[in-house]
Amino acid sequence: MNTAITSKRHYVDPAPFDPGKTEPVGAESESFYRASSWQLMWWKFRRHKVAVAAAFVLLFFYAIVPFVEVIAPYNQTKRHGDFLYAPPQGVHLFHEGRFVGPFTYPYSYSFDLESFRRVYTPDTSKPQPIRFLCRGDAYQFWGLWQMDVHLVCPPENGTLFLLGTDRLGRDLLSRIIYGARISLTIGIVGIAVSFALGLFFGGLAGYLGGWVDHVIQRMIEILRSLPELPLWLALSAALPANWSPILVFFGITIILGLLDWPGLARAVRSKLLSLREEDFVKAAELMGASKQRIIARHLIPNFMSHLIASATLSIPSMILGETALSFLGLGLRPPVTSWGVLLNEAQNLAAVQLHPWLLFPMVPVVIVVLAFNFMGDGLRDAADPYH
Amino acid sequence: MIRFLSRRILTMAVTLLIISALIFFIIKLPPGDFLSNQIAELRAQGESASIAKAEFLIKQYGLDKPAWQQYLVWLGVMPGPNGFSGLLQGDWGWSFEYDKPVVEVVGDALWLTLLVNLAVVIFIHVVSIPIAIYSATRQYSVGDYLATFIGYIGLATPSFLLALILLYYMNRWFGVSIGGLYDAEYAGEPWTWAKTQSLLSHLLVPTVVIGLGGTAAMIRRMRANLLDELGKQYYVTAKAKGLGPTKALLKYPFRMSLNPFIADIGNLLPHLVSGSVLVSLVLSLPTVGPILLSALKSQDQFLAGFILMFVALLTVVGMLISDLLLAWLDPRIRMGGGR
Repeated sequence: MNTAITSKRHYVDPAPFDPGKTEPVGAESESFYRASSWQLMWWKFRRHKVAVAAAFVLLFFYAIVPFVEVIAPYNQTKRHGDFLYAPPQGVHLFHEGRFVGPFTYPYSYSFDLESFRRVYTPDTSKPQPIRFLCRGDAYQFWGLWQMDVHLVCPPENGTLFLLGTDRLGRDLLSRIIYGARISLTIGIVGIAVSFALGLFFGGLAGYLGGWVDHVIQRMIEILRSLPELPLWLALSAALPANWSPILVFFGITIILGLLDWPGLARAVRSKLLSLREEDFVKAAELMGASKQRIIARHLIPNFMSHLIASATLSIPSMILGETALSFLGLGLRPPVTSWGVLLNEAQNLAAVQLHPWLLFPMVPVVIVVLAFNFMGDGLRDAADPYH
Repeated sequence: MIRFLSRRILTMAVTLLIISALIFFIIKLPPGDFLSNQIAELRAQGESASIAKAEFLIKQYGLDKPAWQQYLVWLGVMPGPNGFSGLLQGDWGWSFEYDKPVVEVVGDALWLTLLVNLAVVIFIHVVSIPIAIYSATRQYSVGDYLATFIGYIGLATPSFLLALILLYYMNRWFGVSIGGLYDAEYAGEPWTWAKTQSLLSHLLVPTVVIGLGGTAAMIRRMRANLLDELGKQYYVTAKAKGLGPTKALLKYPFRMSLNPFIADIGNLLPHLVSGSVLVSLVLSLPTVGPILLSALKSQDQFLAGFILMFVALLTVVGMLISDLLLAWLDPRIRMGGGR
């Protein structure tokens, strides 16, 4: 045992060493000094009120994703031929001064012969209470079980268009809820692709150095000097037109990820290079830690927090990218429903003028993007817990 | 200086070369091309005269050759059917969709794209610098929170939707029509004062819409930089020596905080170009954006390739300019390559 240690370059005393004995610390700061860096980050992140609130908002949105069929009042494809472009229906609580609970007034429509539009007027004589936890449109839950339970259902013989309907009479709120599934996952899948590429290339450049570093650096520079959107346009125009919508979804995600990794790769590389010179690495080396141990136990956990923070900050650009592409008709195509696909219907001035509720899918986009930005800012501050 | 410049221009040329290969590869990714699609269509309609013309064009532009040869011909380093005639010789190719040389299709649009982008860059700097100074010197004031909040909204709103909404409300409230870059009656007219005025008034909304995201990002960065500098000792010393607050601020910390600001021009341009493509589509501005989209959709390869190259050139030149400005602004930054 003793010979094994002395045969190494540095002499390491085998006797146990307790730092608390040489430099006694108070009980209060003891917990601070003993806390792992993840613990410290959590403490620091918790103090960032806006970031915590943003995290809860995101949690709420992502909690919807697995259960869209249950939460949406209608199926995304259910058409209501009598209610094309119906404006949002208000929810009321009091009918003629009497408390009824949440209810809606049924729409009756007439045809305006001057503007050739349907005019919907609520019939305020008969309130129709909204039903909760009830049977509605049938769906395949997770593709496994045949179910028809909904959290909220339209009233008996009535309708429930909280955000209005589109040109085919489909309920916009239901479609926004279904769209969340695609729009929210595209950011995560895209960032996973970008994360893997960035970690691989950045790690290679920072770890190997030399000509590999040089080539990767130039590659990053070239990719960064290309304007994103025209490149997205070109690449998504290159996706074969006969692909199924699901394949297109993955194609778009991979395109978004392919163009996003250079930023992350740069961060990985510079972190690797600068951390290599840090005191704690030297200390670990002096204590006789192996190279694998230094990389796995000291370097990666250290910059992983930074990486997660910057990855969080680039999810919004992916969501906005998908929205932009789909808005132009180059991204996802119906029958896949995403917020961008929904906004595609609001492309012209007539939509804004006559059916302003078609612009509503913009609201969740803005909220999610803002929440990711706020949370990312908080994470970035917390990623450096020792400052 | 000359050594630095020549080095930079050399790397620029190499970068552009690689970009051109990449662009050509991406454009060629979808199967088929404009002419073979057209020939198939014409054949279905049984029109033989046009087929002959399309086949002539295929020969003329060497579309029957393998892709790498087409690339070299397009670039102008390999003789095509009419000798060396490619980008390097100033021949931008033929647009099949418009049946005109590319130079005629994009001509005016190029200048207008440059104009819009220039206006946006100026807008971003003029707006974000004063706001950032205000925010940083009055940290945590109401104005600071307001600026931060507007900045976040600017980051999160898709520019094309903002354009759509502004288009509607400007028209409804002020009676300003903001589609296009000048009023319809001036289309095709020579440039007169009235037309220029019309152009300027139409430029306002696109500039604001395209620039909002960039402005928000700039304010955030500049505020953070300035706050860092304001905590440093030299600033405290300058104030202690009795330098007026404005002079103490503008002469040292402000100058220091400009650094990353200028380094960003290069990174800013690609984003602006992206933003302007989308906004141009919504506001129907006659920039290269809409032309690019239709060219990509119809596989009009020389037109799309040229526009993408133009945009890349704009970006690379922007990066060069920002490097030069940086070297001029901050003598501590060494010009690459040493002496």
